[in-house]
Parts: sequence; C-alpha cells; structure tokens
Amino acid sequence: MDLITFGVQLLNAVQYGMVLFLVASGLTLVFGILGVINLAHGAFYMLGAYLAYWIALMTGNYLAALVGGVAIAFVLGLALESVFIRWLYGRDHLAQVLLSFGLILVIDEVRQLLFGKDVHSVAPPDWLSGSLQLTDNLSYPVYRLAICVFCLAVAALIFLVITRTKIGMIVRAGAENREMTRVLGIDYDKVNRLVFATGIALAALGGIVTAPISTVYPGMGDGMLILSFVVVVLGGIGSVAGAAIGALLIGFTDTFGKVFFPSVSGMLIYLLMALVLLWRPNGILGRREV
Amino acid sequence: MTKERASPIRTTVLPALILAVALALPFLVPQYYVQFASKVLILGVLAMALNLVVGQGGLVSLCHAAFFGLAGYVLALLSPKYDPASLLLTLPAAVIAAGAVALVIGALALRTRGVYFIMVTLAFGEMLFYLFHDADFAGGSDGAFINAKPELVIAGVRLLDLDKPLVFYFVVLAVTIGAVGLLTMLVRSPFGHALAAARDNERRARALGFPIFRIRLIAFTLSGALAGLAGYFAAIQFGFVAPQMLGWHQSAVALVMVLIGGLSTVTGPLIGALVLLGLEEVLKATFEQWKLIEGIIVIAIVLLLPNGVRQLWPMAVGEADPKPARDDKVAPSPARAPETGHA
Repeated sequence: MDLITFGVQLLNAVQYGMVLFLVASGLTLVFGILGVINLAHGAFYMLGAYLAYWIALMTGNYLAALVGGVAIAFVLGLALESVFIRWLYGRDHLAQVLLSFGLILVIDEVRQLLFGKDVHSVAPPDWLSGSLQLTDNLSYPVYRLAICVFCLAVAALIFLVITRTKIGMIVRAGAENREMTRVLGIDYDKVNRLVFATGIALAALGGIVTAPISTVYPGMGDGMLILSFVVVVLGGIGSVAGAAIGALLIGFTDTFGKVFFPSVSGMLIYLLMALVLLWRPNGILGRREV
Repeated sequence: MTKERASPIRTTVLPALILAVALALPFLVPQYYVQFASKVLILGVLAMALNLVVGQGGLVSLCHAAFFGLAGYVLALLSPKYDPASLLLTLPAAVIAAGAVALVIGALALRTRGVYFIMVTLAFGEMLFYLFHDADFAGGSDGAFINAKPELVIAGVRLLDLDKPLVFYFVVLAVTIGAVGLLTMLVRSPFGHALAAARDNERRARALGFPIFRIRLIAFTLSGALAGLAGYFAAIQFGFVAPQMLGWHQSAVALVMVLIGGLSTVTGPLIGALVLLGLEEVLKATFEQWKLIEGIIVIAIVLLLPNGVRQLWPMAVGEADPKPARDDKVAPSPARAPETGHA
C-alpha cells in the first residue's frame, strides 16, 4: 500500500470514528447521568437520517436539514423524557431495556407512516460536493473531510461544555456520585431532561451527517446501536473521553481490517471487544467497580 | 414469594388441569391452532430458558436468540439436501453447539456486571447474526431451507413423523414438560439458591464462599443450550432458518415474554409467550401497523405492570379475594432497585 492510499484510509478511519463518537457520546452521556440504558438510541440515528432526507427534499437545503433535524430530535428528546424515560430512573435494567425496545417498535412504525420504507439518498451541499484530486486516478470527496472537521468541532464543544461550564460540572458530578449531587441541592429533573435530549440530538446528528455518504434505509439504526455499544464497552460507560478512544479504535480496526483482512473484517471489532474485556472488564477508561 | 403458593389447588389441581387442556387441545381445535400452540410452546421454552439467567440470576441477556438461531442453523447445515436428517444425531449436535457457544460468550460477558453485561451480550449476539448474515455457507441473508424434517429411526423403524402437525405438537409438548421439570429442579436445588443469592447480594454471596462466576457460567451455558433446544424445534416447524432468528430483536421479544409472564416463576414466561403471541395474532389480523400497537403495549406493560400480567389477577378478583392486597407484588421489586444506582 503506497502512502497516499494509506492516507486515504487513515482519513476514512478518522471520519468513521468521529461519526461513531457523536452517536456513542450521546449514549454514554445518557447512561452516565440518567443511569438509563437506551436501546432506542440507534433508532434516533435512523430517524435523524430520514429527517435529513425529508427536510432536504422539502427545502432543497442541506444546512436546513442539519439544523432542523437536530432541533426536531432535541424537542422529541425533551418530550420523550417527560412522558416515558423519567419513570425509568431507579427501575431495573430489564424495564429500561424493554421500554426502549417498545420505543424502537413505535419509532420504526411512525417512520414508516411518515417517510415510508424506501431507501433514499441525500445530496451534500453544493459547496462541499466536489472532490480533491490526489493523484491521477485517486480523489477524495470534500464532504468526508468536512465531516471530520465538523465532528471534531462538535467533539471540542462537548468537551468544553463538560469541562468548563456549570452544567458540565453538574454532569460530571452526577456521573461520579448522583446521590451526593442530589443531596447538595442540584435539580436533576431539569438536568436529566436536557441530557437526554442532548443524547438524542447527538444520535440524530450522527444520522444527519452520515446521510449524504451512505444510503438512508430503515435498518440503519440497528447496526449503529451495536457499534455504539461496542464503543461504550471499549471506552468505559459514562466516560465521554472513553467514547472518543473507543470510537477511534473501532474506526481504525474496521477500516484497516477491511484493507488487510477482508475475509474476517466483520469479526475484528468483536475480537477487539473480547480482548478489551479480558484486559479491562470495565472499559479502557472505566472505573473498577460498576 | 407468596405464602399461598403451597395451597394444593396451585400445586396439583391447576397444573393437572392445564396439562389436560394441553393434551386434549389438538382434538378440539382446527389444525391452524395446533401449529400456533406448537409455536407458543417453542418460544415459551426459549423464554423459560432465558428466565433462568434473567429471573433467577438477575442477568439481563440480549443474546439468547443467537443460541436459538444457531441451533436451527446446525440442523439446516447437517441436513442432507432432500433427505431427512437423523434426529438422534442432529438434536444433540444442535444443543451442544448452542451450549458451547454460550459457554464461550458467557465466560467473556460474565466478567462484566449490570449494564455492561447487557451491552456485551448484545454485541456478541449480533456478531453471530452478522456471521450468518454475511457468510455464504448458510445462504447468507436469504437463509436456508430444511427440505425434509429430521426423523427418529431406531432399528430401522421410523418412530416419529414430524411432518404431521399433531405428532410435532406432542413432541414439542413433551420437550416443554421436560424443560419445566429441569428448570424447576434447577431452581429448587442448592445451585438455584446460590444463583439467586448472587443476584440478591453478590458481595454477601461471595463472602459466603460461593464460586459466583462458575455458578453463573453454568447457568448461562445451560440456559443457552435450552434456548438451542427451542431453536432446533423452531427450525423444524418453519422448515427454514434465516439470520433474523439470531437477531437481537428476537432476544428482546423473548425478554418481553419473560416480563409479561413475570420473573419469579418457572412457567411464567410460558404464559408470557402465550399472551404475546396471542396478542400478535389478533393485532396482525386487525391492523396494518400492528407493531406500533405492540410497541405501545410493551411500553404500557413496563410502566404499569412491572411484575407481569399476574398482577392483574388480584385486581380482577380484588373484591372477592378475602386476602389483603399484596404490596410485595405491586411495588417494583426493591431487592434489585439499588443495582442501577452506581455505574
């Protein structure tokens, strides 16, 4: 493999890893703060992609789809938290698993009613639709580079909010010791609602930025759900930095696995997960006791 | 859990009555419902197997469909193209394969706790799903047909014709009774008590010297093998295996059955299977968007009936029941609530 091909694969790995990070950071935040395992997370990724398709179709503008899709997902997250999710705090994992499974069934059918079950594609914005000519017969789409930059910006924003703001402080304190933070007088009703909506918005955002480089199809949420779970298991639950490490690890494993070991590439990420479990059962940045 | 369990009506009369109905059923209803009853029993065995780790062990597994589907695939792969396979050969092979895979996945997944365990089982289950989905050896995403049902031949005599729905039903009924017997024995044995002790208070059980990892691994392996037994018969009934059989949606459906039937009894999940599959039959016939209704019902059950449909029983007979309302059933199980707290 020459240097340029290697560079292209490297970019692909980073781009894939960054999208995974967006989705998985939402999942890990929701678990870290709310203590709720949300199996419907992948469904919101799928919903984000369909929203992007629909809004882009209506307005002809991808940026409108980006902003509108995230806004709709955020509001949906606020509503779902107040109607369903808040009853799950303190309930056992089985209840959380099954309620979110019920949500998946509902979301899938609602998606079918609103958008049908056809496979769609979304065009990237015009000014990002070109590609960079690397060599005579090798080019790289600008949009993929834009995803990298955009996701990095979002990741930086997440880190800034978590490490530098008051809400971030509350979030960190809550992940560390929820009971103690509550005793200190933090109103968790509001924090929970905001965190859940943010988690959903991040999942949808992942779907929206992926829509132009892959097809939009009904089952796309399932694969993403599993991958985000593997990311979270690798990185450690509740740790956003862990999610970043896990996501990049999977991005690299999957991309280079397809290049070097095409026949077993589908298995590699699970092998990676098995190895990490043997090494650190609570994830790379996870705490010892869960 | 409840004191009245010991009453003779509950322990002998009711099971005998249910068994009598189950035995008489094929002679009372049209063939379609005999096949439906077989399906209920098969998925009921899957749900009961799952409940050994979920109810007794407190471990929420999302990969039991993988064991279920794997066993079906073993039968499909071992069956000659047009001739029937041998039941005596394929049945043990399927169950052992499911148990062996459960042993490996369990050994890795049981290093984790709580929500990690859910995620890890989900991921390994999906690994098997994609293995059969992407590989060519078993028809890939299209699945594979089992053209001839396996037969039981002893000394040249063909004993069972599984093609006949009636015969198939009685075989599955016998398997179900066997599974109920085995699980009841396990749950009441010192092993079952140790498993429950580890669920209720892992630290204390460990301090008492129970080898918790080994106990859980044995339970997980047995449960996986039993799920495989159910999958073997499911493959025979449908005459077809597809990757969806291994997918985590199937695992979640089995968990819904467990929740509907209640976690605290061996046979509860069987009732859960009957309720859920019956509901699906009705919904499918009535609505085009039946999964929407099913999803709403699942959400409603989780929020309103945390202990399963049995909760409706004291409500329904509330006035006639001289006993006071049983708080322990209505309140969400306090024994397991703290588990979610620290993560």
